[in-house]
Amino acid sequence: MDRALRRGAVNVSGVGGLLGRAPALTLVLMLGPVIAGVLGTVLPSLGYLPALGEHDLSLDAYADLLDWPGLPRAIGLSIMTGILATGLSLTLVCLIVAGWHGTGVFRRLERALSPLLSVPHAAAAFGLAFLIAPSGWIARAMSPWATGWDRPPDLLILQDPLGLSLVAGLVAKEIPFLLLMTLAALPQAQSGRALLIARTLGYGRVGGWFRTVFPTVYRQIRLPVYAVLAFSMSVVDVAIILGPNTPPPLSVQVVRWMNDPDLTLRLRAAAGACLQLALVLGALGFWRLGEYVVARIGRAWIARGQRGPRLVGLALRGFAVIAAVVSSVAVFAGLAGMLVWSFAGLWRFPDALPQAFTLRSWARNGPGILDPLGETLLIGTITTLIAICLTVACLESEHRHGQRPGARALWLLYLPLIVPQVAFLGGVQTLAIGMGLDGGRGAVISAHLVFVLPYVFLSLADPWRAWDTRNDTVARALGASRMRVLWAIRLPMLLRPVLTAAAVGFAVSVGQYLPTLLIGAGRVPTLTTEAIALSSGGDRRVIGIYALAQTAVAFAPFGLALLLPRLAWRNRKGMENG
Amino acid sequence: MDNGLCLQNLAISLRGRELVRLNADIPPGQILTVMGPSGSGKSTLLAAITGTLPREFSLAGRVVLDGEDVTRLATERRRIGILFQDDMLFPHLSVGANLAFGLKADIRGQQARRAAVDAALADVGLAGFADRDPATLSGGQKARVSLMRVLLAEPRALLLDEAFSKLDAELRAHVRRLVFDTAASNGLPVLQVTHDEADAQDAGGVVHRL
Repeated sequence: MDRALRRGAVNVSGVGGLLGRAPALTLVLMLGPVIAGVLGTVLPSLGYLPALGEHDLSLDAYADLLDWPGLPRAIGLSIMTGILATGLSLTLVCLIVAGWHGTGVFRRLERALSPLLSVPHAAAAFGLAFLIAPSGWIARAMSPWATGWDRPPDLLILQDPLGLSLVAGLVAKEIPFLLLMTLAALPQAQSGRALLIARTLGYGRVGGWFRTVFPTVYRQIRLPVYAVLAFSMSVVDVAIILGPNTPPPLSVQVVRWMNDPDLTLRLRAAAGACLQLALVLGALGFWRLGEYVVARIGRAWIARGQRGPRLVGLALRGFAVIAAVVSSVAVFAGLAGMLVWSFAGLWRFPDALPQAFTLRSWARNGPGILDPLGETLLIGTITTLIAICLTVACLESEHRHGQRPGARALWLLYLPLIVPQVAFLGGVQTLAIGMGLDGGRGAVISAHLVFVLPYVFLSLADPWRAWDTRNDTVARALGASRMRVLWAIRLPMLLRPVLTAAAVGFAVSVGQYLPTLLIGAGRVPTLTTEAIALSSGGDRRVIGIYALAQTAVAFAPFGLALLLPRLAWRNRKGMENG
Repeated sequence: MDNGLCLQNLAISLRGRELVRLNADIPPGQILTVMGPSGSGKSTLLAAITGTLPREFSLAGRVVLDGEDVTRLATERRRIGILFQDDMLFPHLSVGANLAFGLKADIRGQQARRAAVDAALADVGLAGFADRDPATLSGGQKARVSLMRVLLAEPRALLLDEAFSKLDAELRAHVRRLVFDTAASNGLPVLQVTHDEADAQDAGGVVHRL
């Protein structure tokens, strides 16, 4: 008996030890580059960059940055686009859910919006650009009969100096993300019951929702909202495509300096990156303050007990549905526009369609696309595999040690999504060069992992934790080891969420622009980096091909995640919702 | 007592507050019924015996099975079977594969294992059900399959966690009789927790109220 006891103990700690290290390893892989990268950005900004022979600490880089005449505008753009895009997406998502959740309309809206989540940011931005440009589909559809234009007007709709088209592009992509997060938060807010009580007390649907459900829901989606704010303020790829050029938002300018052949600009770039980080932190603080103010006003509003006029509620519901439809249609029409352009022969303004369709663009660019396509698939697959293994190991370790996920763990997961990419990727690059590590595929994969891991974890954690652990008790009471339960019971039962998490991770990897560009030192071409490199050339046929390929590659795994469980469990009725 | 399930001064507490205290010997073939309202710690008691007690609980006393102290043994080494109020058949496995999952590994060879599974199914009147999807079975059929799955693992004791509460009245008496009789003929000590008096009466053994 004693031996069996000891063997049992050794066995438990042996497996637990291996899995027990997974959370630490995951944290190092996910946060190590962020922390080291920020450090590697702050030091050069203070004049310390040994690789360039700079050792003396000084504030010269900041002085140099301040001398750049475009700075005020660049800062203003970063703040304006961030706050506006976040505020708009959050408001629209809340109105959609408040006005329509639980109705047939809502289910249709959800089905129209959720595929947008997997459209890469750059592809969505290209699509929108094709739509709203002076020579785009909207102008063509209205010309010449409504506008009188027989050639594209000289208007700055795209890349407008205020960054409004950039905001539109961001909103279209952030609505599906915040919607998904809000839907996940609803059950815990007991939204159905809360809303029912509010309505029986005479409040309208929208007014009742904002009074009773929103306060609880917002507490749960706060971190995603912060991530949206930070992302919108510092995004690079979407800003290159849709944002203003002279000057661009701060993050884009910082990347230009980073890639400038004039190496002395690296110090200014580092100072700019630190400023970008400070701006994001400042905006987050400002937003937090805004939360207090809104909460105060909201409490007073609730206390007054006024049942708002029915008409306002109706108008808001109508507005929500129109906004949702417009943002969904815009992205899909944009994708369709790119498809048409990629097959277009001669296409004169203001014709709505090309005069002829041809395979010429595909024939000419098809072979060239294969290399970046292969690179994208390879990097995405390896990154996703690593992320899934680490996530499963973390969650399984949590299960075996009976740990409860804490709020602090959630903050750590969101950290890579909140610290702006420009603020640490440049630093990672500097450190890597300093250590003699050359940018290559492996380095790019480890950089992608920083962003893929949080998304995979966030996507898999809820279904993993929701699994009925009585299955575990039953299986082990039948004599199955923990490993056998994991492989033979838990993973197969969770096949669908595991594959969905993998698809999310893969799509995130496919969409990465800045990590691929900076860490790969420009020598690891993926569909995303190639597409954005093409954007300045303005050849819509080629851009269309790359953006379509990018979208298809990001979408395909979601198809597999739907199809494979259906095939594997086609004779298992109990697995239909699994 | 050398045979059967002995709970020696078993006490479970949560943050210093004692939830359950039980001292009981269950000889082979006998049934101990633990009754109590929901929230009285019945399932926690079973978790302590299977070895799946969440870590925030603390456990004092010993679980002794056939003379062996299993209190610190991993769940899979205790050989204590359990039936829940839901059938807990693994939804991704066929009926036969569910049974084969329970079947002890020392029955080797595909044919021998298949034969053992088929024989077990025939024992409970479900011959030919091996390839069926468990989701297509009736409530009574599922209950019989999960009972057979437990028995194929050759447990040394059987725990019942409100095992019959989800079956409708007519089926409940029938399945209960089947489980009790099978346990008795296999010489298994049984501990059931329930809030249904009929379960206690039908068991006929000692009743402990929490």
